[in-house]
Amino acid sequence: MAKIVYQRPKSLKEAIFHYCPGCGHSIVHRIIAEVIDELGIRGITIGVPPAGCAVLAYNYFDVDMIEAPHGRGPAMASAIKRSLPDRVVFSYQGDGDLAAIGIAESFHAANRGENITIIFINNAVYGMTGGQMAPTTMLEQKTTTSPLGRNNKLDGYPVKVSEIFSQLQGVTYLERCMVNSPANVNKTKKAIKKAFQCQINGHGFSLIEILSPCPTNWKMNAVNSCKWIDEVMSKVFPPGVFKDNIPVTAKTAEVAK
Amino acid sequence: MNKVLMSGNFIICEAAIRAGCRFYGGYPITPQNELTEYMAEHMRKAEGGIFIQSESEIAAINMIAGASAAGLRAMTSSSSPGISLKQEGISSMAACELPGVVVNIMRGGPGLGNIRPSQGDYFQATRGGGHGDYRTIVLAPATCQELADLTMAAFDLADKYRNPVMILADGMMGQMMEPVTFKKPKPRIYNKKFMLQGAGTGKSKFIHGLILDPIDMEEHNWKLARKYEVISKKEPRHEEYNINNAKMIIVAYGTAARIAKGAIKRLQNNGMNIGLFRPVTLWPFPEQQLRSLSAKVKNYLVFEMSTGQMLEDVRLALQGYADIRFHGRPGGAVPTPAELANVIARVYERTVK
Repeated sequence: MAKIVYQRPKSLKEAIFHYCPGCGHSIVHRIIAEVIDELGIRGITIGVPPAGCAVLAYNYFDVDMIEAPHGRGPAMASAIKRSLPDRVVFSYQGDGDLAAIGIAESFHAANRGENITIIFINNAVYGMTGGQMAPTTMLEQKTTTSPLGRNNKLDGYPVKVSEIFSQLQGVTYLERCMVNSPANVNKTKKAIKKAFQCQINGHGFSLIEILSPCPTNWKMNAVNSCKWIDEVMSKVFPPGVFKDNIPVTAKTAEVAK
Repeated sequence: MNKVLMSGNFIICEAAIRAGCRFYGGYPITPQNELTEYMAEHMRKAEGGIFIQSESEIAAINMIAGASAAGLRAMTSSSSPGISLKQEGISSMAACELPGVVVNIMRGGPGLGNIRPSQGDYFQATRGGGHGDYRTIVLAPATCQELADLTMAAFDLADKYRNPVMILADGMMGQMMEPVTFKKPKPRIYNKKFMLQGAGTGKSKFIHGLILDPIDMEEHNWKLARKYEVISKKEPRHEEYNINNAKMIIVAYGTAARIAKGAIKRLQNNGMNIGLFRPVTLWPFPEQQLRSLSAKVKNYLVFEMSTGQMLEDVRLALQGYADIRFHGRPGGAVPTPAELANVIARVYERTVK
């Protein structure tokens, strides 16, 4: 009998993604589902999708989900987690959702050290609404609302969420990853797994920022989008672990298991 | 149960906790701070009780939505400007059919206005308030005892219809002290299938208000409309006072109705027969009940601490069958019963006699 080495994760429904070709959302959805399967937490996981391209995430994830109004995911996730402390609660957010309209909800959920996980997709653009400037848009980057390129004098600067949030005492684990190559996808999956494990062990707030390609709105092909993350985006948003306050004893206990 | 002397804001909290509310999220704003403060102390003492001082009104209402979805009885409170901020979440809860209780201790407006008692939020409360085609059930207590009873009822109604319920009081009600008896709350009836607690080994579910297909969205709107129609038939509540032999009826709610009662008592001694019709539910408005009075009484005076908002509902209810006058004190001004009695007497002289 042939050994199955690759199949659809059980926590992903039999549905075809509506995401554009080359989009990072579908990759991230898949690796979250794989992590949920591997940790065996499908039945106790509650997800909070955002307004944005991932608004239809509940069509794909086979876990309980509740839609949050634009930016309010972390407030809702905080309350769900406090109400049901033994569930695994994650909020899935884009850059507009987290760093613009929902910056207060995200910041304060992090600052309260809510024992939740935020998966933060940073693609430097408002995707669903057609490519407007996001808080994380690069300087000089052209979008439909910065047609001549983002001008720091008029439009401000890209918001560095990981750098800012890592300063908050309430944050336990924070890493910035990319999904522009197989190696980086694997790294991202490890980070997501670590964040979920952090929550399961009760260690507190975790956030994984993911630099994710948006070929449609970047007006690039998929390959060039992946290159652009390496050559431009990751220079402003360097990947890495920004904070790891998971207690050392807990880490060794994990290894011992 | 013994009578206790408590102030309005505390009574709402105590009734909520007794009714099984186990989640409160709120943000400071005058004149309802005592409510948040009482919850901070007592909610965390209650078994399984969760209190979060939220970063904003918007966060608070979305926390309520989350806790409600998770299966808890949940409440938030604020005052007028804060309630404006909550509207996004209230609309969302109505769309997702999530129960929850929102307390509005109204103050003078529009804008930041002032911190004096007012009734300027009637339209916002009874017309939905947020965007889209929806309604919230609105309860308007006029005594401290009613604050307790209606708070408990609010949770039952929210569960029964899976809809947000608003308690609409004002700074006067919130600060007033009166003896109150907390009745035994009814046991909660709420189907577990509406709760989002993880799929277990079963099918996963999702709670959402986003329905991109217009035909499906239309059907969802009609489904909600049918629910609102049932509420409109079954849930109107009102109080009648001194209606028999009345030649004129004052229509007023909440604090305004208390003042009107005082004025009516004064005028009785002067031989004027005046009654009071006090809606307890502002939505659904007790329109049939008011209309049926118009067969006997032809003169009405609407009194509100606003420039005339409930006035429109009274006009709709009476459908031109009666003469309707209005007296208002907006912006945080509260008349005395004596002042109102003078106004009523003048209108009585002109219209009834």
